[in-house]
Amino acid sequence: MALIRDLLLQGAQVLLVLVLAPALLGFTRKVKARLLRRRGPPLLQPYLDLLRLIRKEAVIADNASWLFRSGPYMIFAATWVAAALVPTFATGLAFSWAGDLIAITALIGSARFFLALVGMDVGTSFGGIGSSREMMFASLAEPAMIMIVFTVALVAGSTQLSTIANYMLDHASLRVSLGLALVALIIVAIAENARIPVDNPATHLELTMVHEAMVLEYSGRHLAMIELAAAVKLLLYISLIACIFLPWGLAPAHGGLAAHAAGAAAYVAKLLLGGFLLVLFETSIAKMRVFRVPDFLGIALMLGLLGTLLLFVSRSF
Amino acid sequence: MNGTFFDVAHLLAGGLVLLSLLLLYQDRMFGLLNVFALHAVVLSASVAWQGHIQGAPHLFITALIALVLKAIIIPVALRRIVVRLGIHRTIETVVGVGPTMLAGMGLVALSMVVMLRATATADPLAREDLAFALSVVLLGLLMMVTRRNAVSQIVGFMSLENGLILAATGAKGMPLVVEISVAFSVLVAFIVIGVFLFRIRERFDSVDVAALDAFRGERR
Repeated sequence: MALIRDLLLQGAQVLLVLVLAPALLGFTRKVKARLLRRRGPPLLQPYLDLLRLIRKEAVIADNASWLFRSGPYMIFAATWVAAALVPTFATGLAFSWAGDLIAITALIGSARFFLALVGMDVGTSFGGIGSSREMMFASLAEPAMIMIVFTVALVAGSTQLSTIANYMLDHASLRVSLGLALVALIIVAIAENARIPVDNPATHLELTMVHEAMVLEYSGRHLAMIELAAAVKLLLYISLIACIFLPWGLAPAHGGLAAHAAGAAAYVAKLLLGGFLLVLFETSIAKMRVFRVPDFLGIALMLGLLGTLLLFVSRSF
Repeated sequence: MNGTFFDVAHLLAGGLVLLSLLLLYQDRMFGLLNVFALHAVVLSASVAWQGHIQGAPHLFITALIALVLKAIIIPVALRRIVVRLGIHRTIETVVGVGPTMLAGMGLVALSMVVMLRATATADPLAREDLAFALSVVLLGLLMMVTRRNAVSQIVGFMSLENGLILAATGAKGMPLVVEISVAFSVLVAFIVIGVFLFRIRERFDSVDVAALDAFRGERR
């Protein structure tokens, strides 16, 4: 009975991230439109878009290889698994032993690898530009992410997200190195999700797009998979930040139904807060030149490095 | 309760180091001045917090001086100088942003290692405050070395002085007279540098200090 209950909870978590992801995207678009004094699309628009794309016919270039067809599913699967491993409303779920920060980083990295590959597959110039830029950013964002993982792991003594969240709950304190890791993680999250100072999610202007350039050749159900993966990735990063730096409200390992419901409510509140802050940041800043982005990501790498360094020098940072 | 006091003091000092690194990253004049003003605000918050922990009311006066002088008067004055002189709004650096940031990281690491070794027996709060203060000072020096524009060199000098105040308040028992005289000597230095800026500008039509090298016959 306990096993079934655990599996049900884990299943709920897996479905929750999938169901909430388009809603979060819709929420950010709505708030952004409101801040720009427009009315904006309804909250459920991303779901309708996905439905429309799935119903449409997929147009595939003549010289596309098998990679082009299977790529979207691989990208979506890797991102979904990564998101499902982050403790969202409860710690200590059935598969929490797999919810490891390094594993999540690797899953996101492999999703990006496939995305860059399929961008180049058809051989159009835009795909090539997008892939090469994505790889340029990734070569700085991934080391930065690893440094953040090191910092958090040195503080909490584990890379497992459930353990980290519990540690943060028990030993809540203002630590300099954790502050540095938080700022670095926010920068990495903005870059990875192609949000404004790095890339504009709403543009199709040839010279500046990165993520959109790679998926330009896709249509129909393939595009739906990629869009859904992008939405899940945004949710994943906000959940990750909430789980490590804002773990209050997470249900304990063997809490009852009420604890889990409270955890879910807290999680939704955190998502709304995260989405709102992201949009606030985006509307107050201009997009930077592509060649300025490595400096921006370099900051994240440096902060991660500094955090790790401080921890090595003295345990009390 | 002691732990929270310690943590907040730590966080403010760490924030000061972070802002020093951000000063190195800025490549626009007004952005630089804004970050500098924020630097001074964090400094005065840190000093006020130290005054609260140590039960030393005179530190509040120091915090007030830092807030009024460095967060309001000097940034506003610098901004007016930049507007009046029509200085280029982008900052030319001697080396790129990336290497400068790496050098800054190295300096932070160096000051941590040196300070924590040298003051092994001191009170832990003062000790780590000193380590942060030394890194702020070194980063200010780095900023003065790597910038070619005289205004950003002034900002580097002022941020260096912020580091000195942080060090002074971390150590208990700094008399108020010394702090006030330091604050006013910085103001005097600012005025002198401001006059020099106008003179340099008048003679060379630019505040790029490389022009001075040519004048002295050092290069070219």
